[in-house]
Amino acid sequence: MNYLNKRFLELKPLFDKGGKFERWYPLYEATDSFLFSTTKSTTTAPHIRDAIDLKRIMITVIIALIPCTFMALWNTGYQANLVLAELGNLPDGWRGGVMGLVGIDPHSLLSNLVHGALYFLPIYLVTVVVGSIWEALFNLIRGHEFSEAFLVTSLLLPLTLPPTIPLWQVAVGVSFGVIFAKEVFGGVGKNFMNPALASRAFIYFAYPAQMTGDQIWTAVDGLSSATPLASLAQASPTDPLAALDITWLQAFLGTIPGSLGETSTLACLLGAALLLVTGIGSWRVMLSMLIGAVVTALLFGLVPDPSNPLYAVPVHWHLVLGGFAFGLVFMATDPVSAAQTHTGQWYYGLLIGFLSILIRVANPAYIEGVMLAILMGNVFAPLIDHIVLRANVNRRMLRHG
Amino acid sequence: MHYVDIIFRAIFIENLPLSFFLGMCTFLAISKQVKPALGLGLAVLVLTAITVPLNNLVLGYLLKPGALSWLGQPDVDLTFLGLLIYIGMIAAVVQILEMVLDRFVPTLYNTLGIFLPLLTVNCAILGASLFMVERDYSFAESAAYGFGAGAGFLLAVVALAGIREKCEYANPPGGLRGLGMTFITAGLMALSFMGLAGMGG
Repeated sequence: MNYLNKRFLELKPLFDKGGKFERWYPLYEATDSFLFSTTKSTTTAPHIRDAIDLKRIMITVIIALIPCTFMALWNTGYQANLVLAELGNLPDGWRGGVMGLVGIDPHSLLSNLVHGALYFLPIYLVTVVVGSIWEALFNLIRGHEFSEAFLVTSLLLPLTLPPTIPLWQVAVGVSFGVIFAKEVFGGVGKNFMNPALASRAFIYFAYPAQMTGDQIWTAVDGLSSATPLASLAQASPTDPLAALDITWLQAFLGTIPGSLGETSTLACLLGAALLLVTGIGSWRVMLSMLIGAVVTALLFGLVPDPSNPLYAVPVHWHLVLGGFAFGLVFMATDPVSAAQTHTGQWYYGLLIGFLSILIRVANPAYIEGVMLAILMGNVFAPLIDHIVLRANVNRRMLRHG
Repeated sequence: MHYVDIIFRAIFIENLPLSFFLGMCTFLAISKQVKPALGLGLAVLVLTAITVPLNNLVLGYLLKPGALSWLGQPDVDLTFLGLLIYIGMIAAVVQILEMVLDRFVPTLYNTLGIFLPLLTVNCAILGASLFMVERDYSFAESAAYGFGAGAGFLLAVVALAGIREKCEYANPPGGLRGLGMTFITAGLMALSFMGLAGMGG
């Protein structure tokens, strides 16, 4: 390591201004700061010494995502194995070859993890490779430094996708998110919309056949298994929960069909604990979004609609179904696209909580409304901040004249 | 409930700038800062809330086939004059509104200032009237729709201004600075508004 560090320092002049490979400085900087600490020092005030830099923040978020990623691997495999073990055959194609070696067994941790990985890893790889190419292109041409934020984006996006999504759609989606929601604004911290969410929304609206319906949630060809939310939407309005063949605990643990990494509320809670302890996720956003959703769900419960079963779904079910927990913990708290002022964060969270239940219950077209609600939150966050700031200015003007 | 539904649809689902991309000229031009954007949005709100029901009356009692029966002319159909009359109506309302505001509420008049005359030829406002005609709204419905359409414009333009203020220090590629970025921003906003499409009856 020491030798490598020395070699890197020796190479540095080549990449500095006026050096032979000046153009490639971002690439050098990325590799160098990935392996070692940054060689840069500040030249003008303010000089702040703090261990929490952007890289540390992003790595913490990735660690917080580990439980969800684990569930993505395990649950995807588990759901597929459950079905295949009953049918007694192997999946088609190359995955069948690999699974032949491990065996199909929903009770075996290894078999589930391997099977899940066969679906998760291709999606993840495509996201990382395609996204990195765009990042590199923009950074090299515009002379920006690489940012670790893309590591988070590239992990968030696959976790919100269904396991059966065609890989080219993942590539198109991540290209849209990275280019139009982030890079054209000048990179991390300058955008106003979460790039992972923008990617997902783009895929969602552009290719609804691969993002909705009941054929896509379990990684077995042609098998239809509706997500619990979709079954609820079809249920009888008087007793919607009767349509579910799962218990609340199952939904909480996440052993249900759904997007790769969104199903487990427990895994999201583990991630939330880390984000809250380290202070990286805003507790104001999380708490207010929770309150907003609970109040809205209670209000819908008060005025049951005879034709819409989702009105009668109890609050504690709303919180564990769909992408609610995942959106609350990882998407809404994105420090760039959320409201920046503390008071604003309360309104921002309340708005998202309200919208996500509203879209889920009252919009039959998009039951999975949480991601869309957060997108709308992103759009209104700057306005909320503006109003909070103006109100503060006005108050102080009144007080001090 | 029916009227609440119309207002809700007009604001969120059939948002004039974000779903139909109407009124783009003012929407993109006067959204650099929140304060003028608010003025513009209010002006649009007042105008659509007045002109849509007014044009509904004109349609119902002058233009529709059989509308002139109160004059003893039951088979006259003047709908071909529609476009001309609606835009004339809007221009007249703008003029009257301007004079009334100038006389009675000069502060509001000064805030709205230049936007009022500009709005005479705004396609969002004419669009609201034409949607009213196409959907065959009654007078009360058109009043609700006019209010909702204007409120939707107000919300969208103020939100866009908020985002543009936040992205003041963004660093877009040279060719996209200014209007280009505003178009992309508006597109992303429209993407997020699509989440509400399909809602309501």
